[in-house]
Amino acid sequence: MSKNKLPDELLRFIDEWKDKRGNLIMVLHQVQEHFGYIPREVAFEVADLLNVPVAKIYGVITFYHLFKLTKPGRNRIAVCMGTACYLKGGEDIILELERLLGVGINTVTPDGEFSMEAVRCIGCCGLAPVMTINGEVYGNVKKAELTKILKKVKGGK
Amino acid sequence: MNMIELEINGIPVSVKPGTSLINAAKLVGVKIPTLCYHSDLEPWAACGICVVKVEGSPKMLRACATAAGPGMKVTTHDPEIVNVRRTVLELILSTHPNDCLQCSRNRNCELQTLAEEFGIREVPFEKRLRDLPVDNSTTSIVLNPEKCIACGRCAKVCQNMQGVWALEFIGRGEKTRIAPAADVTLDESPCIKCGQCTAHCPVGAIYEKDQTREVWNAIEENKKHCVVQIAPAVRVAIGEAFGYEPGEVLTGQLYAALRRLGFNAVFDTNFTADLTIMEEGAEFVRRMTEGGVLPQITSCCPAWTDYMEKFSPDFIPNFSTAKSPQQMLGAMAKTYYAQKAGVDPKNMYVVSVMPCTAKKFEVSRCETMTSSGFQDVDVSITTRELARMIKQAGIDFRNLPNEEPDSLLAEYSGAGTIFGVTGGVMEAALRSAYFLITKEDLKDVHFMDVRGMKGVKAAEVDIKGTKIRVAVAHQMGNVEMLLNQIREAKAKGEETPFHFIEVMACRGGCIGGGGQPHGATDAIRAKRTAGIYTDDEKSVRRCSHHNPMIKKIYEDFLGKPLGHKAHELLHTGYQERKVYKK
Repeated sequence: MSKNKLPDELLRFIDEWKDKRGNLIMVLHQVQEHFGYIPREVAFEVADLLNVPVAKIYGVITFYHLFKLTKPGRNRIAVCMGTACYLKGGEDIILELERLLGVGINTVTPDGEFSMEAVRCIGCCGLAPVMTINGEVYGNVKKAELTKILKKVKGGK
Repeated sequence: MNMIELEINGIPVSVKPGTSLINAAKLVGVKIPTLCYHSDLEPWAACGICVVKVEGSPKMLRACATAAGPGMKVTTHDPEIVNVRRTVLELILSTHPNDCLQCSRNRNCELQTLAEEFGIREVPFEKRLRDLPVDNSTTSIVLNPEKCIACGRCAKVCQNMQGVWALEFIGRGEKTRIAPAADVTLDESPCIKCGQCTAHCPVGAIYEKDQTREVWNAIEENKKHCVVQIAPAVRVAIGEAFGYEPGEVLTGQLYAALRRLGFNAVFDTNFTADLTIMEEGAEFVRRMTEGGVLPQITSCCPAWTDYMEKFSPDFIPNFSTAKSPQQMLGAMAKTYYAQKAGVDPKNMYVVSVMPCTAKKFEVSRCETMTSSGFQDVDVSITTRELARMIKQAGIDFRNLPNEEPDSLLAEYSGAGTIFGVTGGVMEAALRSAYFLITKEDLKDVHFMDVRGMKGVKAAEVDIKGTKIRVAVAHQMGNVEMLLNQIREAKAKGEETPFHFIEVMACRGGCIGGGGQPHGATDAIRAKRTAGIYTDDEKSVRRCSHHNPMIKKIYEDFLGKPLGHKAHELLHTGYQERKVYKK
């Protein structure tokens, strides 16, 4: 396995957490934060550094919905499918986004600009239906606004 | 010790603290159904079929993971409990194929047995099979995820008993599957082919690669001269497939059965176990007296060899270069026996019957496995596969006479037969090392300190003033601790804590091998072990160097141990390998 795929800040973080309980989840969170997903070679390197089996890491990252194994789009759309958002038409938002982006859920657009996923309640049910793009919250989303929002997000990059 | 008093179905019972309700129930004659539970493993309460009622508890509790408590009042069976269990079973069956007739575990499947006991005639749930591909990438083991009931035994065995971590739960909920991590096949994974997953799987989801067809084809081909060898541990376990108690020594019947299957010559791996001791013993004495790398570590277990090459390649110089008995027999059959019998080795087909799935891997492990100029062992089948062949041939195993093997490569000493149990290779080696060092024979050949089920056994043996420190480990997960002890001493510049180490990958040694009849527990391993020691006690000769056919093979053919010819035919080498191939 080739070494030093990890940036210094991650290496420092791993060093700090190396011998602490619950370190694997903490480290994987940081890795995901940094890369947007858990690259395979990084998973192998983390296994080495923390002295845990690779299989254990994959057990964890395939168990938790949050961890991703593939690289997301440059802009990450998360549509809330919690109870309130679901009732207020969250599914319609997803269908419309699929139509606009031309790809289904959990898939990256061919140009790498967007990826979309459905998520559980993100804690602002009063604004339902809700979605986030790159962490920014969009409340009371209407289907008709989506084209504009996507254009704005893409243009802003 | 304070015993715990409780009541199960109104019957008082007294158990040791920590006893699970499953085991407590056995004491009052009650069998609670189980699927994920296995006595080799800590319970993890995955399947839910063992639920029971405990007075005062608002919900049913899993008997595998609930310890008996003082004053507990437990109900193991009532209509409500049985209904819950039935639902658990129906849910499992709703995702399990109904192809029992073509399954490797037909009539030997824990799920099938439960379905039969519960009288399941229809499943009220929609059938949802998982369309996942079969992984038959390895030489030894086949993983069929469609049949998996996600009980997790194989993963727990692979991780906790063996320390290999080739298998893990991947995904979550109904999508959970058991597979190697990081999108690799089993062959590209850390798998060491020990087959303990196959020995513990309650259903037909992970099993040995069946090669009986290849053997039948070779036997049926007239040109082929087919020879066969049986490993030490096969003789004390094969009987289980024919209704014998575990541990019944059936060597004579096995020879008879093999001859009736159509083999041209029947040999015994015990003979080459003796040969291994001659080479490995001489190697050890040389290392001891000429300042070689110590400790010497045994290499006759191919799962252990694979583990070492992947996980602990720093120990390559410590590994005995002597081949395993299986490979030595193959090499001797296609050279020495071929000459004596006037058979062209090109037309010879060597089959071995092993308690082991990793032996299938060993036959083509590296280029020294073709030392005769051909692949020394053509195919290696497990005890389970041989049992099937005997049944297919219509041989009434229980009514077979005792027969003799073919003499050239079959006579064995008690030292050869104990290769089949943990501590056996060490004991056999010590019996001969004593002679090699002192030129005298032992008065008492028993080395009790290296016997038994303790995970790591250490002992000091006094050979007329030469103190030899030995260690024996079995069950792969126990070995790392031992290796670390040696690494630490080395790092500190201290003397090695041990001179000689024996390692076997499976719990109890080969008698508990991954290719043995299903259902092994420590109670069954103990019976098989007793069978092996009975075979040793009954042997006229107890030491490998006393075996007259061993003396003859050196005189007629090999020269002397570690000599030129022996080196070419009976020794091998090791190389570092990646834990993940990609």
